[in-house]
Amino acid sequence: MFSIFQYQFIQNAFMAGTCVAIVAAIMGYFVILRGLTFAGHALPNIGFAGAAGAVLLGFDPVIGLLAFTIIAAIAIGVLGKALRERDIAVGIIMTFALGLGILFLSLYSGYAERVYSILFGQIVGISLENVLFTTLSSFLTLVILLLVFRPLLFSSFDPEVAEARGVPVNLLGLVFLVLVAITVSIAVQIVGALLFFTLLIGPAATTIRIVQRPIWAILLASILGICYTWLGIFFAANGTWPVSFYIATISFGVYLPIRLLSPLWIGQHARKSMPSRQDTFLPHMQSLEQEQNNSTEATGRKSELTR
Amino acid sequence: MFNVLQYDFLQNAFLAGSLVAIMAAVTGYFVVLRALAFAGEALADIDFAGATGAAILGISSLLGMLGLALLAALGMGALGERVRGRDIEIGMVLSFALGLGVLFLSIYIQHGANSNVGVSVLFGSILTVTRRDVIITLISSSATLLVLALLFRPLLFASVDPEVAQARGVPVRLLSIVFLLLLAVATAEAALVIGILLVFALLVAPAAAAEHLTRRPLTAIILSVILGLTFTWVGLILAFVGTGRHLPVSFYISTMAALTYFASVLIARFRSPRRYRALPHPSREHIRIHAH
Repeated sequence: MFSIFQYQFIQNAFMAGTCVAIVAAIMGYFVILRGLTFAGHALPNIGFAGAAGAVLLGFDPVIGLLAFTIIAAIAIGVLGKALRERDIAVGIIMTFALGLGILFLSLYSGYAERVYSILFGQIVGISLENVLFTTLSSFLTLVILLLVFRPLLFSSFDPEVAEARGVPVNLLGLVFLVLVAITVSIAVQIVGALLFFTLLIGPAATTIRIVQRPIWAILLASILGICYTWLGIFFAANGTWPVSFYIATISFGVYLPIRLLSPLWIGQHARKSMPSRQDTFLPHMQSLEQEQNNSTEATGRKSELTR
Repeated sequence: MFNVLQYDFLQNAFLAGSLVAIMAAVTGYFVVLRALAFAGEALADIDFAGATGAAILGISSLLGMLGLALLAALGMGALGERVRGRDIEIGMVLSFALGLGVLFLSIYIQHGANSNVGVSVLFGSILTVTRRDVIITLISSSATLLVLALLFRPLLFASVDPEVAQARGVPVRLLSIVFLLLLAVATAEAALVIGILLVFALLVAPAAAAEHLTRRPLTAIILSVILGLTFTWVGLILAFVGTGRHLPVSFYISTMAALTYFASVLIARFRSPRRYRALPHPSREHIRIHAH
């Protein structure tokens, strides 16, 4: 059972998977904090379309991945500025990209197994070269995240106050989206679009319900991400089912009980400090809610529409 | 040019496409109003598991999608009083559903089928729509539209202002569950025509574009239906007679839908930028409002 570790490709999968899991978990914390879950789902799919285009033109898929995801990230940043539009804009940009993706696939005469694997991932087919490349780029991404860590955290928790204090909130938001896009481009080739989303959201969604402090949440998310990945590869190497299924199931299986039971402890914690909305993300919500209450225009439109 | 219509599969494609376009456009208006775009995406990904599961069992993929999506919609409705604003929960369900879909697909492929099934589920297979699928589509579309027509006023009220609607005795919670069930039907049918990955092109894009162009609910819904039908028909015609190369229908539909949406955003910003931006959307509690 443990003999699988002798194989080089299993070792490679473990190493590359670990790097991706760590970066995805840390990034996922900010993605959740900033309400970008849907963008985290859309960007890998958009990357898939870019890879299909690159394969059609005979380039390396990573070029197409980078081009599509970065352009999409900027478009999401620009179109989704008004928050009410963001989900819709993200969804339609994704649809646009995927429509192009199916065009590329249909023009490509050979059957694009390689492109197809970008959607669902082939973590066991990784070369040592890929591992080195992934490690290096994960390290670079982490360094950049570390550099912008404090202002990014500040502006994610409380954009208004951060802006008032002179933090370039809009620029940071855009930089963060582009950083996610670059990470997606590298990681998706290794783990696939689906698995990347699972590793992005799963660990962070679980940990923000357990611990409150950002540092602990990020650390715990990384540990969870690594555990999911290792267990998933281990099961997949010994079984016949795909890695992404195992990891998605483990991630959901850990999340579900914690999500259902968390009101028990989050409730007490929240009641002490926050007056309302014990269920959702507290600091972020509170400031926004206050602002909405201040607005008089809100009531104006409501009455206009209900008449 | 029009003699292509004598082919059976094309008739089926046009019939199913039109039915789905109308129904998705009407449902989509409420999706936009209720800020359920991400929930719609999750239901579409649940359809992926439904369709691949149906392939293993050897039943019609439309039935598989309808079954699983309706179950998931019930679960979402039970999950909380408000589905909107629950991005994280929806994201988790979505990733689990995709994982299941991948499992079913790999089991199906291991049993000797080729992986093209996956592609046709993901990107639509309007050409393989059978007469039976058309009949199922007809029944479920009519039922959905009928329910929407009956619930139109309370649903609109509850979508625009849930608090006041509740205070006036509108059963907001029940309406939200009923609407999720309707959305499940709409996504399953849209997935049949245009594919799981491109459901937004028929479900959200026409309604979102229409909502940018007009404020009146009824005008917006009619405009949305017109846009949806146009995308579908033009897409089908272009795919079969327009160009020499047989490019996929889904590509034409999604490109037209996306470009129309982008144009509508530009028009709306150009027309009344300030007033538009200052308006809060009633269905998003955690919206930022710039006090101008």
